[in-house]
Amino acid sequence: MSDRDDTNWTVRHDRMVEDAIRRGISRRDFVRTLTAGGVGLAAGGLLLGHAESVLAATPVRGGTIKAAGWSSSTADTLDPAKASLSTDYVRCCSIYNRLTFLDASGTAQMELAESIDSSDARVWTVKLRSGVTFHSGKSFTSADVVYSLKRHLDPATGSKVNAIASQMESIDAVDPQTVRITLKAPNADLPVILSLHHFMMIADGATDFAKPDGTGAFRVEMFEPGVRSVLVRNENYWKAAGPYLDSYEFFAIRDEPARVNALLSGDIQLAGAVSPRSLRLLESQSGVTVVTNTAGNYTNLNMRLDMAPGNNADFVEGVKTLLNRELIQKSVMRGLAEIANDQPVSPASRYYNAELKPRAFDPEKAKHHFQKAGVLGQSIPMICSDAASSSVDMATVIQQAGAEIGMSFDVQRVPSDGYWSNYWLKAPVHFGNINPRPTPDILFSLLYARDAKWNESQFKSEKFDAMLLEARGLLDDAKRKEIYGEMQAMVSNEAGTAIPVWISGVDAMSTKLKGLTANPLGGLMGYAFAEYVWLES
Amino acid sequence: MNLLIARMILQRMGIVLLTLLIVSFAVFAVTELLPGDVVEILLGQSATPEAVAGLRAAMHLDEPAVIRFVKWLGGLATGDLGISYVNKLGVAELIEGRLFNTLKLGGVTALFAVPLALGLGIMAAMFQGSVFDRVVSAATVTVISVPEFMVATAAVLIFAVYLKWLPALSLAGDVGSIGELLRNFAMPVITLTFVISAQMIRMTRASVIDTLNTPYCEMALLKGASRVRLVLVHALPNALGAIANAVALSLSYLLGGVIIVETIFNYPGVAKLMVDAVATRDLPLIQSCAMIFCFGFLMLIMIADIVAILANPRLRG
Repeated sequence: MSDRDDTNWTVRHDRMVEDAIRRGISRRDFVRTLTAGGVGLAAGGLLLGHAESVLAATPVRGGTIKAAGWSSSTADTLDPAKASLSTDYVRCCSIYNRLTFLDASGTAQMELAESIDSSDARVWTVKLRSGVTFHSGKSFTSADVVYSLKRHLDPATGSKVNAIASQMESIDAVDPQTVRITLKAPNADLPVILSLHHFMMIADGATDFAKPDGTGAFRVEMFEPGVRSVLVRNENYWKAAGPYLDSYEFFAIRDEPARVNALLSGDIQLAGAVSPRSLRLLESQSGVTVVTNTAGNYTNLNMRLDMAPGNNADFVEGVKTLLNRELIQKSVMRGLAEIANDQPVSPASRYYNAELKPRAFDPEKAKHHFQKAGVLGQSIPMICSDAASSSVDMATVIQQAGAEIGMSFDVQRVPSDGYWSNYWLKAPVHFGNINPRPTPDILFSLLYARDAKWNESQFKSEKFDAMLLEARGLLDDAKRKEIYGEMQAMVSNEAGTAIPVWISGVDAMSTKLKGLTANPLGGLMGYAFAEYVWLES
Repeated sequence: MNLLIARMILQRMGIVLLTLLIVSFAVFAVTELLPGDVVEILLGQSATPEAVAGLRAAMHLDEPAVIRFVKWLGGLATGDLGISYVNKLGVAELIEGRLFNTLKLGGVTALFAVPLALGLGIMAAMFQGSVFDRVVSAATVTVISVPEFMVATAAVLIFAVYLKWLPALSLAGDVGSIGELLRNFAMPVITLTFVISAQMIRMTRASVIDTLNTPYCEMALLKGASRVRLVLVHALPNALGAIANAVALSLSYLLGGVIIVETIFNYPGVAKLMVDAVATRDLPLIQSCAMIFCFGFLMLIMIADIVAILANPRLRG
């Protein structure tokens, strides 16, 4: 640890190094980065060795851990269609498998499916992996897939993804190893959609989720809704590698300080969703480490384009230019964020348009825009609330930057209770908060299409809608990337949504726990950590 | 005397039933006033009108509220608490384990807190005005003023995180031996003892001092009774009624109101269960929890009254 004391090195830097190595940074580039950051060459070499050893360790079998999520209630369920809290996702990921899953780059990889193909993006043929068995010993066949998918269409199931599933016109078993899915309209994203947690594969005819039967890496030994669950290793798991743990106990500790304290005292080995506030405390302790996940969660400032002052494009441009993104990243988010460029597709997505640079903080330019819009000297109300995380601090940053150029914002902090129904989407200038979604198509349809349910700034563009429809049915990935790239630029330049930073999620764990990496579907390795982690012997 | 008590218990039971009925009406009405129902909450952001209507029909929630309430009440009368809307488990099954946990925690706390509080309160009264009395009084006022989440969090930081003597969580499921039980319960019990003792100490002290100032106690003093005898034999029996009520009130708090302690130590008791039930608008579960809290509260008060009668020579008649 002494080298760390000398260089002010923290866990945060460790993570940066690991990320860099994952991305394939060369040793020379790495050392250059470090020396630029004021870290001595010798220390840098040591650190590189440390980080490499973390990544290169081989998994070992055995052991048991206790892990804590952040949300739990009597509504906890093992029915994947109804899963709504992080705890449900974690348990379902252990018990069941999906046809596909998203890897760290956000690309769909095959899980229970061997291949998913289509020539027109409307009729899809899903070939299933053979030799997969359920915990009960029953073989996994196309009948299970048909049942697992079709039940989302029945309102009585109460499925969370009923709206998404309703684009499937028919789901038929062609033979025991093949399923044909026909969509109402072409959608090239079907393999990604099938990776959503709700589309877990359950056994044909299953209705009793108190005793769930799945193909996953763990079996349920004990489950009490709202209290805790114990899952034990499936000895006949079909994947070549994993799971490594003999068993794990999973429950939720809703109070964040209590969750951190339980980790520090050694009562649990893994704590999901740690707040930036606790990070200092965690970094000062040996024996704990953190994994940061920038999946695409953001808090944004919405200026409605159909109301004053947002109906003046210069006002919108002025605010976007007045956003001190670096200050928000460094002080408001305490470094746990990445700078964003006013559009919703995150760098974790392979469709991210890296050419689209974030606007630089330029008060003079902003002043020029505000002058043109004729709002200087007026006081513009800006609604913020604790409901939209960090929005109060962000509003203050904007207010202060505005005050220096004579632009006055009237920051109104309103209660969390009722914020989403009373202020969000309604007030002329207000904050929102959006959770990660796996595809640009889902994001744009939900947030920016003409008839989007959550069109936060009332952005309406026929060209945009036409591009959205075109890209959805395209199987040519390069062409899609191009269209999505252009759409990102349109949103960034024309919509009234200022998105300053991507907010990172942080999971904290004992240093004995290995193998947990970041995933675009969310914290705790996209909730699927159990199958991949192992305990250092 | 037995007749008197029997009559009183019967009378009280009648009132208890009536109160329960009124409370169930009130809870039902308030729950109906809450925005959104269980179906909208379960579906969350994906609650399209069709999905909501479909699930409502599937869960038989499209019946008028009054009919659902009468059905539930009818079930209760036959000892059936109903089925949770949210997870299809029996309400009795859901409450059983949690209630046992709450009673266990409450019981252990009472075991420590009540003798401690009574002892300190009586001693403070006996040595009224002494340094001991002042220290106890000052300490109780301080403890009353410190919120329990503060006590609980400080206890976790000191005993679990830095000293590592005790676990930070109190998982009711893991208890195998008495030693483990004590280790597991130590911190929640300390926190709760802080919260409930203060009131009991002050009440005990006040009522004992009150009785000591009565003419008959002065008489006993003049007749040469020792201080200990004066307090324990002459003053205490008459003060016991007020003390018993203070104890009952403090204990009823343990039955339903320890949500903060349950949250910080992640203890699976009934308080969290009821909060969950309200959050998911799970009517059968909310109603059943409310009934149990109300019933427990009324029982404790009744026991306190009986104790008061038995202890008081004049009422004993």
